[in-house]
Amino acid sequence: MTTIEFRNVSRWYGNVVAVNDITMDIGPGVTGLLGPNGAGKSTILHMIAGFLEPSKGTLALDGSPTWKNPDIYRRLGLVPERDSVYAFLTGRQFVLATAKLHKLPDPERAAQWVIGLTEMAEAQDRRISTYSKGMRQRIKVAAALVHNPEILLLDEPFNGLDPRQRLHMMDLLARLGNEGRTILFSSHILEEVERLSGTIQVMVAGRLAASGDFRAIRRLMTSRPHVFRLKTSDDRRLAAALVGRDYTHAVELTSKGLQVRTSDFGAFCEQIAVITRDENIRLTELLPTDESLESVFGYLIAN
Amino acid sequence: MFNPTVASITARATLGRRRAVLFAIPAAILIGLTLILRASHPAGGAWPDHVLGDFGFSILLPLTALIIGTGVLGGEIDDGSVVHLLATPVRRAEVIFTKFAVAAALTALFAAVPELIAGLIAPNETKLAFGLFVGAVVGSVVYSAVFVLASVLTTRAIAFGLLYVAIWEGLLSNFVGGVRILSIAHYALGIANAIAPDQNLHAGLGLATSLILAVVVTVGGLYWATRRLEAFSLTGDPA
Repeated sequence: MTTIEFRNVSRWYGNVVAVNDITMDIGPGVTGLLGPNGAGKSTILHMIAGFLEPSKGTLALDGSPTWKNPDIYRRLGLVPERDSVYAFLTGRQFVLATAKLHKLPDPERAAQWVIGLTEMAEAQDRRISTYSKGMRQRIKVAAALVHNPEILLLDEPFNGLDPRQRLHMMDLLARLGNEGRTILFSSHILEEVERLSGTIQVMVAGRLAASGDFRAIRRLMTSRPHVFRLKTSDDRRLAAALVGRDYTHAVELTSKGLQVRTSDFGAFCEQIAVITRDENIRLTELLPTDESLESVFGYLIAN
Repeated sequence: MFNPTVASITARATLGRRRAVLFAIPAAILIGLTLILRASHPAGGAWPDHVLGDFGFSILLPLTALIIGTGVLGGEIDDGSVVHLLATPVRRAEVIFTKFAVAAALTALFAAVPELIAGLIAPNETKLAFGLFVGAVVGSVVYSAVFVLASVLTTRAIAFGLLYVAIWEGLLSNFVGGVRILSIAHYALGIANAIAPDQNLHAGLGLATSLILAVVVTVGGLYWATRRLEAFSLTGDPA
């Protein structure tokens, strides 16, 4: 049972702050690190893995610092995002070499166990250079797991996987988490995190925007105001009709059309067709304007 | 200190890349040149000193050491695969020492051994051949330590190495005497000259100085490289 402890951790590169004053604990089970690209997720994972020194604050595994402490690798496995492995080795040679570097008592047995676990037995004797993206990802996971670590860190583990491989990887991580390991993976895709982890840490622009139970954060995300831009034959009349509805937060007449802010995505989408028909208004364009992940995360920060 | 798994991966990575062909080219030129000169000057003369000493120690040895020494660890750092090695409890000193040992052994194989072969082909130069071989082996060791260090200090290790070999050793050390104390080629020549004294080798340093400086530079280089590798960082994704 291992806990990763962040206490006021910041990391900057020159004038750029990549991670800003983060305090959190990550315990056993599967935790998703969610955030848009450039949010600081990789920086967080690299600091936990001992490949970056925090500029400020302390980061420890059960009290042991991770920076300049190679002993942590007895308890920790890392699956980096970068797809670089020793491509001239076969999958089995790569995993076996990793087992030997960990000085395991029976490296052959450990390698076979983990190759089976990641369903790489059939391809184990092929060179890694011939592997698909998904197979490379799995062989990296196998190497990271060969010493049976308590903590597994995965940087964007689902990138490039096809749906079947994705499901398999999710099952594997869920199983490892249920065994009591601390699994932390990063992703910028909400659905991946939703399917796999009960606990999430949401990062935005280097800050911890939300932390805790996924369902609570998901509710916060879906109940946020949504903004639509509409083009109609009579913007002013439609604005008047919408103002009277309780799901309408604000209506604005702009040069590009009518901008509507609503608190209930579903009700608005359902009602807009009815209202325009009843008012005899022609609706030529209906566009959600803030559905990007950045705007979702931005909302979480503001709240 | 020596890790066989790291050594095996390093040797395969170094010899498996296409540029491994490059290692054999200067060695082949040296041996080919010696064969041609021996055929055209069977009585001998000063040419073995110039070919084996000048070409061998100014071009063959440093360039071979540069390509191999900067590649054994620098290649993995450049492509990111070094993370798989460093995310294990293997001590960083063990990683550096093993990489250095592989680089020194391969450099000796592709530079010192050809020196010995060429020396034995040259007429009446057995002692010189042995002296140059020992000097080249020492040179392989020191160059490897320095170039492994360069590869953990900078991503432009090859450019740094070329500048060092061409400007510092090739130019400055021949005109400014003091520069020689930081010239690995002169350590190697100093040792070769102590075994087979020969004025044409233009050795600028004595045996004791060469040996002491070779040990200091090697040990210092490996220590510094270890410290740098202990602080190896992966850049993240600045927001």
